Amino acid sequence: MRRRQFLILSASSIGGVLVYSLDRRVSRVFAQEKSTQTLQIPLRFFTEEEALIVAAVASRIFPTDDAGPGAKEAGVVIFVDRQLAGPYGRDRHRYTQGPFDENAAPEFGYQGKATPADTYREGLKGLQGFDRLSPEDQDKKLESIERSHFFALLRQNTIEGMFCDPLHGGNVDMVGWQLIGFPGPRMSNFDDIDKHYGEAFRPKIASLEQIIGRKIRGSEDEEMK
Amino acid sequence: MKTLPRTDVVIIGAGWTGLLMAKELGARTSLNLVVLERGGPHKISEYVEGMDELDYSHRFHLMQDPSQETVTLRHDATKNALPIRQFGSFLPGTGVGGSGEHWGALFPRLQPECFEVYSKTVEKYGRQRLPENHSMQDWGITYDEIEPYYARAEHLVGATGKAGNIRGKKIEGGNIFEGWRSEEFPNPPIKLPYLGALFGEAAKSAGYHPYPNQIAILSQNYTNPDGVTRTACAFCGFCVRHGCMVGAKSQPTNTLLPVIRKQKRVSIRTGARVRRIVYDQGHDLAHGGAKARGVSYIDSSGEEILQPADLVILSSWTLSNNRLLLLSGIGTPYDPATGRGTLGKNLTHQVTMNVGFFFDKPLNRFMGAGSAGLAFGDLEGDAMDNSNLPFIRGGNLTATSGGAQPISAFGGLPHSISARWGSKWKKAAMEYYDRAGGIQGSGEHIPYKTNYLDLDPTYKDSAGEPLLRLTLNWHENERKMADFLIARTVEVAKAMGAKEINPSPSLGDYNVARYQTTHVQGGTIMASTPDRGVVNPYLQHWQISNLFVLGASTFPNQGSANPTPTILAMTYRTADAIVDRYLKKPGLLA
Repeated sequence: MRRRQFLILSASSIGGVLVYSLDRRVSRVFAQEKSTQTLQIPLRFFTEEEALIVAAVASRIFPTDDAGPGAKEAGVVIFVDRQLAGPYGRDRHRYTQGPFDENAAPEFGYQGKATPADTYREGLKGLQGFDRLSPEDQDKKLESIERSHFFALLRQNTIEGMFCDPLHGGNVDMVGWQLIGFPGPRMSNFDDIDKHYGEAFRPKIASLEQIIGRKIRGSEDEEMK
Repeated sequence: MKTLPRTDVVIIGAGWTGLLMAKELGARTSLNLVVLERGGPHKISEYVEGMDELDYSHRFHLMQDPSQETVTLRHDATKNALPIRQFGSFLPGTGVGGSGEHWGALFPRLQPECFEVYSKTVEKYGRQRLPENHSMQDWGITYDEIEPYYARAEHLVGATGKAGNIRGKKIEGGNIFEGWRSEEFPNPPIKLPYLGALFGEAAKSAGYHPYPNQIAILSQNYTNPDGVTRTACAFCGFCVRHGCMVGAKSQPTNTLLPVIRKQKRVSIRTGARVRRIVYDQGHDLAHGGAKARGVSYIDSSGEEILQPADLVILSSWTLSNNRLLLLSGIGTPYDPATGRGTLGKNLTHQVTMNVGFFFDKPLNRFMGAGSAGLAFGDLEGDAMDNSNLPFIRGGNLTATSGGAQPISAFGGLPHSISARWGSKWKKAAMEYYDRAGGIQGSGEHIPYKTNYLDLDPTYKDSAGEPLLRLTLNWHENERKMADFLIARTVEVAKAMGAKEINPSPSLGDYNVARYQTTHVQGGTIMASTPDRGVVNPYLQHWQISNLFVLGASTFPNQGSANPTPTILAMTYRTADAIVDRYLKKPGLLA
């Protein structure tokens, strides 16, 4: 039985994963050691309670199951926390002058005033206690908000956290890329592009920092002091 | 306002057209040139670090920042426009190189009839077949006149492909429907990914004539006529929305900058946001007698600067070209009610469709390069007989492997699977992840009296100035063309062995959120008389003879083909006209 509490804080519930802390120090935590250690991951945006809820939602959107790891192992909640604290969450690069027409046709894209950070903060109020529900009740709850802008963000950000380069704090240990055989950035596929027709070609997986051998700052760190 | 010393030429915008003009004038004259660019510089080394899907494909690292400046859109003149709050249907670039840094590098010429679309359509089908409210008009130049400039553009970027028509001789394996070429491509086609190979066999079996996409990505190391050497493509798959880490994809920064850097008389100022083209109000604006005096801009420290110049080149991408002329009060804004005025008319985009489908075998689609693959032109305007079809003109179909990246590509599923989250969805998305292919169609968007540009009365940019407003929607001709091309695409996908096919939905209303192409044309169109266009066929402003306007804003209509080769060819032609004629005898060239 997996516990559904927020998993970052208790080492025994994480599984074997790498977790990036705020200052980019990497900790590896092994569940099988039955450690009683707890890991303090400083959150940039969420309260602890909110983080537990987002982690639980992401785990229902992208569950850990017999097909492999999911949002929990990929550290999706840490990814989302950083995105919401950064320029993306604050709509640093969106046109946010009014007037706003919240009822605009979908052909005009999202026309609301709320930033992603606002949308999460407001939406999470409606999900209080979500992390303590049974999986069935969690799914029912999500079905009831499935058509909301908030859910669209949750789903999109979960996918981003599963498959982004690990430099952004998600896709920990490249578990997302392993699920689909994406090798990460490769300096050359010249010898392979016109071969392997109809057969799976799955080179060794590596992250951008592993490939180029230095640290890279993601956009979420742009305005961090 | 601080006034700087006069310069000979000021160029607004450091993208493909502005830097090509700077390079040409820098090499062939002794003029001093200042290039003003609102964004920052770019280095090749930054594109290695840029092999990051999240920041480049989803957070739009290389794109214009809408919080500074965006545009508004409405479907027709009876509605209020809404701002495009996040770019979606097109993605203007910013910084040195502009959109030429993140493009997909497809490099096809327009079909010959596109330059004379009005007269050729009337000649072939009669006036009664012209769509209601169209505003088609001829360009004032012909394909034969521009052919040598296309050839120069292809040598500049090291275009790869196989000719299908050399001086009228049709060549199997190339695009036999294309306009004549004076010579073969500078470089052979790049390697063929699996999807393209499947597409080619299926298209051939259906009687079409597939050819390798004509692209500005190198298949081998190449040194262009300017002595700039670039290396062959590595098919890394971080191409569209990224800059090229090895310089194989031709970009202004790797193709033009290496030459400009050695030109002592050309200086590029980044962080310079141009506000106005300043002109002499005392002259008669009607007959080319007015004179531009220079350009005012805000520099990166926020100070307003006046840069006086003898010659002004406006080369800031389609929408900014229009907005700067409107804000500067240069020319007569187009009025759709009376048909009078020329500035802002004939706004066009490109008719795009994307049919996704699913195989029972993997495609290894993480590998790829821009628009690597095959296409066929049997259904294009010049090639097809539209007599019994419910639309005029047409489009091309292509299957490209640009390199699938997982945030974008994960979750593409056959319509038979309805789950969008949860275990069932995850498993299906994993299964189909590498078995999904697509065929893209791009069709011609003809101009209409009701599609145009003006200034928005409500929304402002970060400096408090009005945004540009697009009044734009699809019409029956595009909707029927798209439905026709989608139906043909589905037939080809079946022949490729697709197990399930998701045809794209019909066009409906113009959608700002769905990516289509970054090919927006018109508004400052060329014409052979001043009552029909903003610039003459040398791209010289009809009312201000020392102002030239470059780029796709000068296209009276869009062709199905992507615009960049035509943009570069027209810029070469204007550079020749400036060097050979204008500088010797300033004044109107036409």
